[in-house]
Amino acid sequence: MTDQRSQAELVRQSLKRRYRKERRFRAYGIAAIAIALSALVILFADIIGKGHTAFIKTTVTLEVDIDGEAMYLDDASDERQMKMADFVEPLIRALMKEIPEAGESDRDDVRDLINPYASNQLRDALRENPELLNTTQTMTFLSHTDVDVYVKHAGDASYSIKLNEKQRGWVDALYERGVVDTGFNDVFFSRGDSRDPSRAGILGAIVGSLLTMVVTLALSFPIGVAAAIYLEEFAPQNKLTDFIEVNINNLAAVPSIIFGLLGLAVFINLFGMPRSVPVVGGLVLTLMTLPTIIISSRAAIKSVPPSIREAAEGIGASKMQVVLHHVLPLAMPGMLTGSIIGMAQALGETAPLLLIGMVAFIVDVPDGFFDSATVLPVQVFLWAGSPELAFIERASAAIMVLLTFLIGMNALAIWLRKRLERRW
Amino acid sequence: MKLNKALATVALAGSVAALSAPAMARDTISIVGSSTVYPFATVVAERFGANTDFPTPKLESTGSGGGLKLFCQGVGTQHPDITNASRRMKPSEFDLCQSNGVKDITEFRIGSDGIVIASSKEAENLEVTLEQLFLALGKEVPNPKNENELIANPYKNWSDIDSSLPNKPIRVMGPPPTSGTRDSFNELALQGGCEDLPAVANMSEDDMEGVCQSIREDGAFIEAGENDNLIVQKLIGDTGMYGVFGYSFLEENADRLQAATLNGKVPTAEGIAADDYPVARSLFFYVKKAHVGVVPGIQEYAQEFTGMGAMGPNGYLKSVGLIVPPRDALMDLQEKAEKMPNLTKDELM
Repeated sequence: MTDQRSQAELVRQSLKRRYRKERRFRAYGIAAIAIALSALVILFADIIGKGHTAFIKTTVTLEVDIDGEAMYLDDASDERQMKMADFVEPLIRALMKEIPEAGESDRDDVRDLINPYASNQLRDALRENPELLNTTQTMTFLSHTDVDVYVKHAGDASYSIKLNEKQRGWVDALYERGVVDTGFNDVFFSRGDSRDPSRAGILGAIVGSLLTMVVTLALSFPIGVAAAIYLEEFAPQNKLTDFIEVNINNLAAVPSIIFGLLGLAVFINLFGMPRSVPVVGGLVLTLMTLPTIIISSRAAIKSVPPSIREAAEGIGASKMQVVLHHVLPLAMPGMLTGSIIGMAQALGETAPLLLIGMVAFIVDVPDGFFDSATVLPVQVFLWAGSPELAFIERASAAIMVLLTFLIGMNALAIWLRKRLERRW
Repeated sequence: MKLNKALATVALAGSVAALSAPAMARDTISIVGSSTVYPFATVVAERFGANTDFPTPKLESTGSGGGLKLFCQGVGTQHPDITNASRRMKPSEFDLCQSNGVKDITEFRIGSDGIVIASSKEAENLEVTLEQLFLALGKEVPNPKNENELIANPYKNWSDIDSSLPNKPIRVMGPPPTSGTRDSFNELALQGGCEDLPAVANMSEDDMEGVCQSIREDGAFIEAGENDNLIVQKLIGDTGMYGVFGYSFLEENADRLQAATLNGKVPTAEGIAADDYPVARSLFFYVKKAHVGVVPGIQEYAQEFTGMGAMGPNGYLKSVGLIVPPRDALMDLQEKAEKMPNLTKDELM
């Protein structure tokens, strides 16, 4: 009797302590989630805070008097004359007209308001349409990067403004009158890399990433699935298959730079494939993603209940029919999810690409699998290391684009799993 | 039997790939090499692509040594056409090139780069010799009491080294070991101030380099990462700090920073171009002549790089901070781009 009561007493006494313990434990959990979430929030806030201005471009709209005499040009369809013509002069004159207070001695300062490649834009317009010579056209040019930084970040202590006092006054006045204007930065999405931040874009990197991913997917998915099916359904259980299994699991943990070294030694040095091309990048990333795909595909095949195999065999299906008609369709969602996650990993990879030359300054947007290309994370890396401050916002913007792709791919994986998954 | 078949398949696949390789022609110039030359070469490449009908060359920043290694690996479009270097090709690298069939090379010396020690304009300016600089930053320095003995660096304040120096703790920010600027700083500034000390006079060259190029790790030298902007920000906020970086950064921030004099020399564009300033180095690029005519535009690229539009007194390379060679050297360069003379080993010795 006393014994029983003391036990109930004991329980009651410890009850408070146990509740406390549980509350503490919950608090730890909440704290852990809060830390993870706040890290994520800080990361996003930093990236978006730094990068959102990269989606704005600064333009200068001018009434350009395309005066042949000032450009030493009397026939715009003559290539030889075009080579020697001065396309900067009409731009300076048009700007001087907009800035009446600027004198002859300010010509250099005036010229530095407009993008150094604006003259190329004028040249290309003339090349396309020689009749424009000796007419007046309203044309919109990109501003100089220094003007872009001034317009977007005047008063921001982390940016140093390179315009002098005079130029700042001019830009303020021009901005008020709408000659200098800001708009959505379509250049950022329609061009390749550039050393001039206001002309730099990520289209080259996006196309490069897509080409590389196509190669990776086209190779790693069939090879990975075939390997998984063979190992899981057909291979005999012996020392050799055990050895292979251990090796595949090991490969999944190998640092990615090793695959880069392998790619350099095999694909470039031995097979003589060119450097910096999406095919080699795709091959290297295939090696990297294969173990992930094989492992997840094997897990997917394993999770198909044996009763399905037995039922198929019971009505006389051959081994191959069992696998192709019954096991594979049921395992497909798991395989797809694994592949997408493997691809997302490959999309964010830079280290192996360093060694095969895809970390490079490439201006032209690639137009084939054998064309020099770079990829999104590499573009982030290159811009983040550039001395020009204006590249920092572009690096953050490129991170946003990369994250959008990654979130999209992961969302696709979740959606596929939810949609195709079967439970038994 | 099965194994044989498998081996045969692998061999066949390999040889098919090997045979198909030479068919992969390339019409984009491939450039590798120094990260110091990279910001200049990329600007030239972009201009070249925008102003000619040739595609824009592709540039990889591999470091001078890495670039020369790739460059000398052989002739054929899978190998680069041009390599940039922030130092001259070594005779051993020339031999490597020769043994791999890269016989004809043209060298272009495209200008110079200086490394400066700078501080905020409000700070006390530093006037040091290279020897004092080594004593301030070396990991092991001669014992002040016995000049033949090496001890861990005992100096806390600049004035401990010489009473003419500021009575302030030694605190210098500089680039990390992965940086080419750091290599040059170690080689030109620290070793320049150390190699004549009696304590290292009898050492083998390797040992001497080990002592002379080791920077102290007790907090007096602060590695700032590859971000020179960060060093500039720190210097402006902290007048007790000195920073090490490339001359172009000093020029960009000339209104806020002042440069220390080294061996009595203030860094100026002229002094660096004439090798008068002690911590100056030349920048180069090398062209593989066997590729001229195979990959279109190589010679034209060399001409663009050495042309007046790029390197002239108002050229665009000047505005990105390259210290261009004087006019007569520029004329020689342009002639080189025209004739593409071969580099000989004697020139490198």
